[in-house]
Amino acid sequence: MDFKQILESGYRELLCRYIEESSEVALYQGQMFGRKSIKQQVSPEEIISIHCKILKDLFPDIRKEILDSFDFLIEFMMNYGLAYHEYQSLKDKQFEIKSEIEMAASIQKYFLGTSIPKQDEVDIGAISVPAKKINGDFYRFVEDEKSISVALADVIGKGIPAALCMTLIKYGMDSLPKSINKPNDVLENLNRVAENNLDSNMFITMFYGVYDFCNHIFTYAAAGHEQGFYFDATSQSFEDLMTRGLVLGVEQDITYEQFVRKVNPGDMIVMLSDGVTESRTENGFIERSIITDLIQTYIHLSAQEIVENIYHDIEKLQNYELRDDFTLIIFKRL
Amino acid sequence: MAYQSSIKILSESDIVSARQLGRNIAKKLGFGTVDQTRITTVISELARNIYLYAGKGEIHIELINSLEKRGLKIRALDHGPGIQDIRVAMEDGYSTSGGLGAGLPGVKRLMDEFDLTSTDGKGTTVVVVKWLRGGIG
Repeated sequence: MDFKQILESGYRELLCRYIEESSEVALYQGQMFGRKSIKQQVSPEEIISIHCKILKDLFPDIRKEILDSFDFLIEFMMNYGLAYHEYQSLKDKQFEIKSEIEMAASIQKYFLGTSIPKQDEVDIGAISVPAKKINGDFYRFVEDEKSISVALADVIGKGIPAALCMTLIKYGMDSLPKSINKPNDVLENLNRVAENNLDSNMFITMFYGVYDFCNHIFTYAAAGHEQGFYFDATSQSFEDLMTRGLVLGVEQDITYEQFVRKVNPGDMIVMLSDGVTESRTENGFIERSIITDLIQTYIHLSAQEIVENIYHDIEKLQNYELRDDFTLIIFKRL
Repeated sequence: MAYQSSIKILSESDIVSARQLGRNIAKKLGFGTVDQTRITTVISELARNIYLYAGKGEIHIELINSLEKRGLKIRALDHGPGIQDIRVAMEDGYSTSGGLGAGLPGVKRLMDEFDLTSTDGKGTTVVVVKWLRGGIG
């Protein structure tokens, strides 16, 4: 017996029961049965037709006008049935897209993966969490015998379009010759790559820094990137990590200004994406001072613990709704 | 039984005539109320498409007999601008979002067979079939 036959006999039984006893139980059973028929993708017009047929059987003297009115109802309900089937197929399609995105996210995780350097001279912490499945922020560490380079990039927008652009920066960086490792040179080269390959409405902001752990000198430059912070351990105060420079991908042949800083024991360099500072609560954007206050609160912890705690606090501040990709990196001289 | 009938679609009132014709034939063939309504819904949709996008065209309705089954075939043809991107037109949520009713995916869902040919600038032909369930009674 296929479901159509089960549907008709089941519906008849429940309807008869209800007509006989007008009970809540019969109504409830009717509703449960309706659920089953929805699962079998039965359209509403089909139910109406069954209802009409059963009425005819139960009440042979029923007025013809009443039965005719069901034809009208069937016609009326036709588009509801179609809308329901369309909804079903869109739901299937959504599921498909969702699993594709999940696959893309794991591919991205794999090729953007970078391990956080462990070092006796400097303690490093980093966290990057996408607002959606796919991350439009990107960070990377490159180590050699005397320095650690850090790159932090943020593509305008988020999700898949941002991730596609991100691959460009990643491969742009991979294909730079070893001789190019000064922050301003790196940015100038990547700007050329971005300018040549990106649509004019896409751009990327980026911070690039090199920490020389023999001399404890931090050299950095940025392309329109959200300013980080510098924590001076002697004065126990924060200041903005000043940079100047146009975003990547907008204009050819741009030069970037490079900054140098001597890092003393206990000093911290804080780099972030605008997803951190543009976190929003009910009262609007958070103040940058909230970030520095949080760093102060956790200053006794390791760099990795600091960034993770700050992420959890800000996530909570925003009611666990991340609006933009969130990346926070801290270098702390030991 | 060989039977064919057609109606020219030139105005909105022709849509109703096409529906009426389709319903009469479907009834004669023995389709139940729900299937009759499905068939007329499809005719409305196809005729409306002709009226809205091509201005004029024709709807042909015929009985078909194969060895073991009997059905109704509807052909809708016009010489209008044609459908530029058939894949998009066949996507769910495309036409309905524009408030056009069942749309072509709906037409396909309501029938057993569906065939669409469209040439840019030359027109569109849609052929659909609904088989009578339970074979030849």
